[in-house]
Amino acid sequence: MSDITKQALSELVENIKSKKLSSSEVTKAFVERSEKSKYLNAYITEDYANALNKAKKFDEKPNLDLKLPGIPMAVKDLFCTRDLRTTAGSKILNNFVPTYESTVTQNIWNEGGILMGKLNCDEFAMGSSNETSFFGNVQNPIDKNLVPGGSSGGSSCAVAAQLTPITIGTDTGGSIRQPASFTGTVGLKPTYGSCSRYGIVAFASSLDQAGPMAQNVKDCALLQEVISTYDEKDSTSTDFKRNEYSKELKKDIKGKKIGIPKEYRVDGMPKEIEDLWKKGIEYAKDCGAEIIDISLPHTNYALPTYYIVAPAEASSNLARYDGVKYGFRAEGENLIDMYENTRSEGFGAEVQRRIMIGTYVLSSGYYDAYYLKAQKVRKLIKNDFDNAYKKVDAILTPSTPSSAFKIGEKTNDPVSMYLNDIFTVPVNLAGLPGISIPAGHDTRGYPLGLQIIGKAFDEQNILNIAYAMEEKINFKNNITDWWIK
Amino acid sequence: MSKNKSEYLINRNNNQYEVVIGLEVHAQVTSESKLFSTSATKFGAEPNTQVSLVDAAFPGMLPVINEYCVKQAIKTGIGLKAKINNRSVFDRKNYFYADLPQGYQISQFKDPIVGEGKVILDMPDGQKEVGIERLHLEQDAGKSIHDLDPKNTFVDLNRSGVALMEIVSKPDLRSPDEVNAYIKKLRSIMRYLGTCDGNMQEGSLRADVNVSVRKKGSKDFGTRCEIKNVNSIKFMQMAIEYEANRQVDLIEDGQTIDQETRLFDTKKNETRSMRSKEDAHDYRYFPDPDLLPLEVSDDFIEKLKSEIPELPDEKKKRFIEKFKLSPYEANILVSDIETSNYFENVIKKSDVKLATNWIIGELFAALNEKNLEITESPISAGNLSKLINLIKDGTISGKIAKTVFEQMMEGDKDPKKIVEEKGLKQESDPKALEALIDKVIDDNRDKATEYKSGKVKLFGFFVGQVMKVSGGKANPQLVNEILKKKL
Repeated sequence: MSDITKQALSELVENIKSKKLSSSEVTKAFVERSEKSKYLNAYITEDYANALNKAKKFDEKPNLDLKLPGIPMAVKDLFCTRDLRTTAGSKILNNFVPTYESTVTQNIWNEGGILMGKLNCDEFAMGSSNETSFFGNVQNPIDKNLVPGGSSGGSSCAVAAQLTPITIGTDTGGSIRQPASFTGTVGLKPTYGSCSRYGIVAFASSLDQAGPMAQNVKDCALLQEVISTYDEKDSTSTDFKRNEYSKELKKDIKGKKIGIPKEYRVDGMPKEIEDLWKKGIEYAKDCGAEIIDISLPHTNYALPTYYIVAPAEASSNLARYDGVKYGFRAEGENLIDMYENTRSEGFGAEVQRRIMIGTYVLSSGYYDAYYLKAQKVRKLIKNDFDNAYKKVDAILTPSTPSSAFKIGEKTNDPVSMYLNDIFTVPVNLAGLPGISIPAGHDTRGYPLGLQIIGKAFDEQNILNIAYAMEEKINFKNNITDWWIK
Repeated sequence: MSKNKSEYLINRNNNQYEVVIGLEVHAQVTSESKLFSTSATKFGAEPNTQVSLVDAAFPGMLPVINEYCVKQAIKTGIGLKAKINNRSVFDRKNYFYADLPQGYQISQFKDPIVGEGKVILDMPDGQKEVGIERLHLEQDAGKSIHDLDPKNTFVDLNRSGVALMEIVSKPDLRSPDEVNAYIKKLRSIMRYLGTCDGNMQEGSLRADVNVSVRKKGSKDFGTRCEIKNVNSIKFMQMAIEYEANRQVDLIEDGQTIDQETRLFDTKKNETRSMRSKEDAHDYRYFPDPDLLPLEVSDDFIEKLKSEIPELPDEKKKRFIEKFKLSPYEANILVSDIETSNYFENVIKKSDVKLATNWIIGELFAALNEKNLEITESPISAGNLSKLINLIKDGTISGKIAKTVFEQMMEGDKDPKKIVEEKGLKQESDPKALEALIDKVIDDNRDKATEYKSGKVKLFGFFVGQVMKVSGGKANPQLVNEILKKKL
């Protein structure tokens, strides 16, 4: 069977279950393609030999009842993996090898998944272009010197370039949906509390959420079904009835009410995004959905709110990287000196910037004006969604205000970089699920995504809407393998 | 002149100063495991053997609240007659130190689990109520060890994450003696509840002491200094005396007091500035996003209330009413749960009055001499009870009982056996005593004649002689009666 790597997850699972393919064949194919694709710099740490061994073992005694039988997979390097280096894209964890496994990855291995390696990402998931990684830029397989989005840039690249059949990322302000949108792939940010945060290197605890990234909606649903479990080790994990998302997936969304928030028509939004959104509305209508205009009045405040809350939490979450216990340490004359040297050399510029912002907004005398105010606005943003969901079942918006940009284009302009998250951060602030599906191309042929936002714990509904629209959109990604010599 | 015995005033140049003290007591919660992890909490374990990935703050590790510690804090709150808050919040207190692996301590800042309460102190001149401001749960830090290596500091994380209750008093204390009584009462309540063992040597109980002074009669508080982490009552008292006098000297010298954090140097018996208000840490408190607010229902609190044992104040009242003890006696017997248990075990089968006297008198003196706790008493409650019964039923005299008691202190021997083995049984047979007395009168004819002729003082001489001849075993009461008849 040729072109194994061109197959989507569902096909691979079917072929392994029907014994048309072995795990070894599949793993070998993805390992080989990954090796040929080093130029993309999608991997931080490769674990190919172990992956091939595990595949061989699986084939010796295949358990075909599993949901991911012998499926190889690379994951974002923010998930702690037992005995395999976990860096969070940072120099400060350059040498860190966990003795434990994150709940989300453990769920994948329990269902037969096989780890191939760790994927590049922005340092501590802080970035929208993967350019803050200590391990270098990642190429977008769509075009040379194009960013793959971020922070899950290695993940979006690896899925789009078919180095891995599927993957997981994390999303704090758009880090799954924006890179999915930039690479013509599907990315789901589940409801806060759906996937355990245990063993995921923390960026902003009240916003972080792991989720699947895939080539299509069905694959996304299957992986979500595997990774979403209640976990007592995460106090913010929610014990709710989880669907078998892939089994219950259906294209019939007739009569579903989909809201269009007027506040998402932001100033200076490119026409192609406006057009994409209009097209999306038509697709939704074609699927039988009812379109309703809604208002999310506090949308304008989402980005500033996010850039107070997230850095505040990050400044505290990253305090543990101090050179004392593990990871990188720079020597110093005394303890304070050692801290300063370690953190100055160990953290990159963007991480340092956010630690500074976070420390500032939590400082006495500023706390009320910034952090406390931001928490109040966050509540208002959540109320906006609650009110909207009295009228609609889901909300349709563009995923990003633009298509992928060039490497280096925005590195000197953090605010313009932050603006990338304008459509995605409100969803994190409200703790809601959101999915980005590829929906068209800009004039240069770069992919553009649409975002469907759902009610809390209503992943099934947005997966169904995405599934229905995916068929109507019939998106085709133009991957030319330009990086393979 | 002080009008109350316990009033503590500092006199300088015709000015009288009152000392105002508030305590922040850090009490280690009695619990098998830590506040947010499952690591053990045993004292004295090898360094870094009771440390989980959570305690050492490994990437991606998350705190999970230990329900038992929450129950312990609520029970303590109930013991302090305090308001239990249905909703409390864990906050992060951010600062960098080598023995603080997370870079923050999880504590409760704005919304503590326990609100206002009170503690009643029994002072020589009456009762005094001390207000409790709040009680909150927080993590302990690890330990930095600076003296094992000339260049490096070692860190032991065994304590990292251990649950502490911080109990904050109102500034209601006015003297070192009151501080002594307050700490002892707090300790007693927590030991009754089983929520803190109160072991100050092992660091289970320590306090930050806030001290200020003001002219007597003034309503305004002076500027306070906080003396950090004092770990014995004696040191607290010494630190307060030093600090109060230092502040008075400054005021008398026309200087102002800087609000600052100070350390007590136990060797030099002085407090020293650690950091001024300007240098105070900005802890950047904010709610810990890894933990949801802690919600406890009224039912949950009520259930814990039903599990609360009788506490010292109530026990004291019962002892006075039921056993007719004096407040002084009751105070002593209820001060410690172990003592009151011992007392109640002794009086199960013996006379209350005698038991009270023997425990407070002989037993405490003997234990004190040997530096033993009541739990280490060589004499079990059961055997003390037997000894008291031997006195009560006239088998032995009080004097002989002291001899028996001394032997019992050598090892927990049955007093009946000692009496039998050593032949210490009291002679109460009137016939035998008559024979003895006849012999004594016979041997001292001349004195008997003198007595009869009016020298009644000689009666004592005859009693003494009878006791001597009987080897101290003659029943003194009977000897008296028979002697009177015979003479």
